[in-house]
Amino acid sequence: MSGAKVTAALATAAPTPTRIALALGRLRHPLARPLLALALLLLLDFFLVPGFFHLAVKDGHLYGSLVDIANRAAPLMLAAIGMTLVIATRGIDISVGAVVALSGTVAAVLVGGTMVIQNGVPSYVSRIPMGWALAAALGAAVLCGAWNGLLVAGLKLQPIVATLILMVGGRGLAQLLTDGQIVTVYYQPFFFLGSGYLFGLPCALFIVAIVFAATALLLHKTALGMFIQAVGLNPVAARLAGVRTAALTFFVYVFCSACAGVAGLMICSNIKSADANNAGLLLELDAILAVTLGGTLLAGGSFSLAGSVVGALIIQTLTYTIYAMGVAPEVNMVVKAVVVFLVCMSQSAQFRRLFMRGRAA
Amino acid sequence: MEHPAAPLLALAGIDKQFTGVKALIGAGLNLYAGEVHTLMGQNGAGKSTLIKVLTGVYTPDSGSIVFDGAAISPRSTQEAQAIGISTVYQEVNLCPNLSVAENLFIGSYPRRFGLVDWRAMARQARALLAQLQVDIDVTAPLGRYPLAIQQMVAIARALRISARVLILDEPTSSLDEAEVQLLFGVLRRLREQGMAILFVTHFLEQTYAISDRITVMRNGEREGEYLCKDLSRIDLVNKMVGVAAPQAESAAAHAADVAEQPVLLHARGIARKGALAPLDLTIRQGEMLGLCGLLGSGRTETARLLFGADKLDAGAIDIHGRAQAFGAPRDAIAQGIGFCSEDRKHEGAILELSVRENLILALQAKRGMLRAIPLRRQQAMAADYVAWLGIKSAGIDTPIGLLSGGNQQKVLLARWLATEPALLILDEPTRGIDVQAKKEIMTFVSGLCRKGMAVLFISSELPEVLAWSDRMLVLRDRKACGSYRRGELDETTVLQAIAGQAA
Amino acid sequence: MSAAARMRTWSASPRFTSLVTVVLLLVMLGAGGLAYPGFLSEQVLFNLLIDNAFLLVLAIGMGFVILSGGIDLSVGAVLALSTMLCAWLLQVAHWPAPWVVALVLLLGAAFGAAMGALIHYFRLQAFIVTLAGMFLARGLCYLISVESITIDNPLFVSMSRTQLPLPGGFISPGALVALAVLVAAILVARYSAFGRAVYAIGGNEQSALMMGLPVGRTRVGVYALSGFCAALGGVLFAFYMLSGYGLHGQGAELDAIAAVVIGGTLLAGGVGYIAGALSGVLVLGAIQTLIAFDGTLSSWWTKIVIGALLFVFCVVQRLLGASKK
Repeated sequence: MSGAKVTAALATAAPTPTRIALALGRLRHPLARPLLALALLLLLDFFLVPGFFHLAVKDGHLYGSLVDIANRAAPLMLAAIGMTLVIATRGIDISVGAVVALSGTVAAVLVGGTMVIQNGVPSYVSRIPMGWALAAALGAAVLCGAWNGLLVAGLKLQPIVATLILMVGGRGLAQLLTDGQIVTVYYQPFFFLGSGYLFGLPCALFIVAIVFAATALLLHKTALGMFIQAVGLNPVAARLAGVRTAALTFFVYVFCSACAGVAGLMICSNIKSADANNAGLLLELDAILAVTLGGTLLAGGSFSLAGSVVGALIIQTLTYTIYAMGVAPEVNMVVKAVVVFLVCMSQSAQFRRLFMRGRAA
Repeated sequence: MEHPAAPLLALAGIDKQFTGVKALIGAGLNLYAGEVHTLMGQNGAGKSTLIKVLTGVYTPDSGSIVFDGAAISPRSTQEAQAIGISTVYQEVNLCPNLSVAENLFIGSYPRRFGLVDWRAMARQARALLAQLQVDIDVTAPLGRYPLAIQQMVAIARALRISARVLILDEPTSSLDEAEVQLLFGVLRRLREQGMAILFVTHFLEQTYAISDRITVMRNGEREGEYLCKDLSRIDLVNKMVGVAAPQAESAAAHAADVAEQPVLLHARGIARKGALAPLDLTIRQGEMLGLCGLLGSGRTETARLLFGADKLDAGAIDIHGRAQAFGAPRDAIAQGIGFCSEDRKHEGAILELSVRENLILALQAKRGMLRAIPLRRQQAMAADYVAWLGIKSAGIDTPIGLLSGGNQQKVLLARWLATEPALLILDEPTRGIDVQAKKEIMTFVSGLCRKGMAVLFISSELPEVLAWSDRMLVLRDRKACGSYRRGELDETTVLQAIAGQAA
Repeated sequence: MSAAARMRTWSASPRFTSLVTVVLLLVMLGAGGLAYPGFLSEQVLFNLLIDNAFLLVLAIGMGFVILSGGIDLSVGAVLALSTMLCAWLLQVAHWPAPWVVALVLLLGAAFGAAMGALIHYFRLQAFIVTLAGMFLARGLCYLISVESITIDNPLFVSMSRTQLPLPGGFISPGALVALAVLVAAILVARYSAFGRAVYAIGGNEQSALMMGLPVGRTRVGVYALSGFCAALGGVLFAFYMLSGYGLHGQGAELDAIAAVVIGGTLLAGGVGYIAGALSGVLVLGAIQTLIAFDGTLSSWWTKIVIGALLFVFCVVQRLLGASKK
């Protein structure tokens, strides 16, 4: 063994506990910590906001703060689901915000909504059948993912570099399509995605539930989950065992962008317009934060889909709590940043060693 | 060369233990000024640990290091360097993006008015390299030059920091013949100037070309120190690997049987630049082909080429007579080949995953993503192999990283057996495993050969290879140098074959 | 070495990629001059520098960080925070301008140093630490004030209005400051131990460590420098816009990274020239100017073209790097 590797090994060698034991700790209680954090926040809100847990049924729809939080968190939950798989393979995708903007823009531009008078009654029709518009928007998102996947798996660019390119160019593309203007959508059926209700619950939640269920099914009923873990933990060994590492990597980036595409449609439908400048801005940090809060390791390997969803809920609840406390909403960004620092440090072996040495002393 | 009064650098009674593993047991070394001293031994013998102790990377548990009459205990590479002990590693450890001159002076640039003086740096660099009779453009980036030149630069840097002991850790592994001669020319000049040189290598020929003195290490101990001219190649190889009484396992009948079987794999002239010279290899169904030779002779490289882990630069591989092109291990696996790497920790086991998951990984990869093996069947399979191979584990869901080396190896073996391969390549399957487990594994594998599975068996343990193989292919310095049937070689002749010399 | 091999090694050197950028710039300016009357007037070229002075300073800081093998995504946010701090300290707290500038620069450096320390001593990935830093800086910005604060401090106003005469036109003090910083940075990169350590670490951190270079100190220093440059960029931006606002510099970090990469520095680190920041920034400015002169293309094309250029440079860097092996 050469000296360089020795120094590196020594520099990171912790006497105890080993990385395995710590990973073990995580595997044993995948959801415990995030759920606890969420519970604490909800408790705080219970004391801060009168009637926080109150749910009422009006016009066949379920209303209440909880529903509100879940509904607003839906796009982030989707982005976090997609991001989980990418991070699990030791990658990162900072272009999700741009993809959100792009997909919303494509949909809005294609649907639009021009007014026609039929039998003396004004109504709106979409520019092209809505189904095609949605398909086009999702197709654009998938293309973005394929682009990222090609750069990372094919050209072997670093993930941060590869997705940076789309982050810059993708939003520019969206801005070009709308000329930087906000495109309003007038076509009623389109609003169902983001603001509609199904069986009393917001449609958005159903979409998230479906995507989550489908992904979880894919991960656990097929070998995908295990392959992703293998590639994230030890890509060399995985390749030697015959796992299709390149194809897998390509797929997770396509999946991440597809999720972002659906999130973009949701957002666009919710605000009834496409804002290429601001849609999905800084969504990537929120998504990464949600994923790490949920227990997925940034270094790859161990991941938790449910944890990421809980993480997204935590972030949304946090936003709500800050608002409820009467603190300026800008504090939100500061709080998020601090949380990211704390979560990252807690995952750092150096930090844990420091902490444990302090304890032992 | 007559040995002078006292060694310039003497290590004695060095003990070093890592959790549960005794890496060095009373090891020692004597370096004399004006000599090239080669340190030899197989993997795990303790060579690298000893050097790390010498250069301050490790602190020994006990023992003494005496340099020029004074006791020292360096605690870092810098301290060792300051004392006068410099090391040049296999990977050179310089910055390839910076110029040659700059690499020579990193950390202590010539200055003019407080600013880095590039012209003086270039001038001094040329002078330094001239001492080694190397004449190159010192303002060009280091990365532009071949590894041999980069090593010269590393040596020149070591000289500049006024080294009196120069340690070269496997410097020739990536060099071609001409470059090796270049390096040796430099070493001879340094030797004449009174430098004490410690040279670590696997290559037998090179050892005899350059050394004055040889220390052999085995199992953490110093086996002995010899003057090069007093030690024959045979004796050297013997001391490194030793030949214990081979296990009596007469399988002559099977070997004769196998000779009649159809050819499973035929490799014609396979080669890879810097790793293997063109090689021919044939394996028949049900045959155990032993690949032997010292470490660094090209055994693992051969295995990797057969498995598609590395790309062929020349040659072709036929399976059942049909030519194959392996772009990735996947392709080889689809053809029924399995590969148990020698580097279990980094290339085999995925430490955080469970025994069960590691076990079914290759089979699952072969079946593809969609046809997932049902959990119950996974558990049944795992339980079966645990029982058959005697794997000691708290359960099939324990992370494999918690198992002992021997048990990890058994799990990895099971991984490949589960794919029911036609050819199983085992690279050092019994390294670091206790005698009992070794026997269990080899008996099991041998039994599978009787049932028709072919095995390519790579091992540094000659008795093992002799005892179990139906045929043996001997490699030396990355070239094939002989193919033998069972019974054609015994302990003495196999050493001759490896050493390349009659007794 | 054969001619082909010689060509390949030369094309892989930083001189080649930097030369390509300069040629690209000249070609763009030439094409603009041919297509649009009045494009090649001196003032148009000076305006390239005046309008992008702040970006040049940002790119210089980013250049050091990327050379060391890292990345800093917080510079745009620190720029905004600096403008906001300047505005607030001047307009609300009524501090004298020189003190304000000094404090803002110091805080920028401290912010950067803190991130650098986290990255080095806790072995955290640079992108996530600086991404969180970006969030933190912008959040702090909005905490100070959600609305923009106009600056009417006489020093700042004079900096904004002053036109230093040059043959053919004028240049702003801000641009001069940026050029001075560039010269200083080039000297530091080439002639100081710190600068050389940055290159060494970017080339091979392990080797640098083994050769006794102060890797930790240098890394913290590099991020501190980047923070300082971001703060200085903010001050220059405040001169230019005469306001402090949370939305300033949105996306500036990406522009800075693009400028550095297009200027010929390898994203992997260790290779490139600080002077490349100038050619990179000028190329970006030229793209914008060309689009503005055209009049028919919407300005959104700028981002797409930058993204495309970034892609081309990244891929070429990767392919050249791969072929070297």
